[in-house]
Amino acid sequence: MTRIDVAITAEPLESRLSSEGRDGRSGAEVRFSGRVRDEAGQVRALFLEHYPGMTERALRRIGEHARERWPLNAIEMIHRVGEIRVGEEIVRVVVWAGHRQAAFEACAFLMDVLKSQVPLWKKELTDDGWHWVEARERDAEAAARWMAPSSEGAR
Amino acid sequence: MIEVVFFAALRERVGEDSLRVTPPETVTTVAALCDWLGEQYPAVGRALDATPRRMVAINEQLAEPHSAVADGDTVALFPPVTGG
Repeated sequence: MTRIDVAITAEPLESRLSSEGRDGRSGAEVRFSGRVRDEAGQVRALFLEHYPGMTERALRRIGEHARERWPLNAIEMIHRVGEIRVGEEIVRVVVWAGHRQAAFEACAFLMDVLKSQVPLWKKELTDDGWHWVEARERDAEAAARWMAPSSEGAR
Repeated sequence: MIEVVFFAALRERVGEDSLRVTPPETVTTVAALCDWLGEQYPAVGRALDATPRRMVAINEQLAEPHSAVADGDTVALFPPVTGG
């Protein structure tokens, strides 16, 4: 059974370590970390708002979709909320699998779907103050590519 | 009674985190609820008009404008998500 762990935290992610992957089952571990970009010096910090309760449920649900689609051993997803400084981690998604293709694909799937379906919102701090970040069309398109029948055939 | 909760830019535009409302029985969908809220609460109507791209969740599950709403539901309205 694929273990799925999800968490929302206001604490820095940098010090978090996982003990997964040392039992000999997982030949592949793929980790994605999303960090705060400074946008050429324009952005000083981010603030992440979320929907407590639904955010965790939505993360777990997309983990369950990934586990149905690829042979995985474990998934860990953690998202930071509150104020986050430039260069710090916002989100970390780690996937363990027997082989790399499933781990790479599942990690990309989880991030694409997270960005379009999990109730989190970014505000950015610039010299002009705080501004809500607008959703981008290409994020919706990135999630949609996993829903297209052709992506099944490509595997 | 239906609890309506707002997030992010929409919450700031409304000026409230949530409202407890009892719409008439003719209000059976998310879209109808939004129309009714706009009529009853002008501040909500202006906030919804200022946020034309919206997402909705009913009882913490993503839903659509045509999704059914019923007494006891929690309906969350928010701008498109931008996490990750």
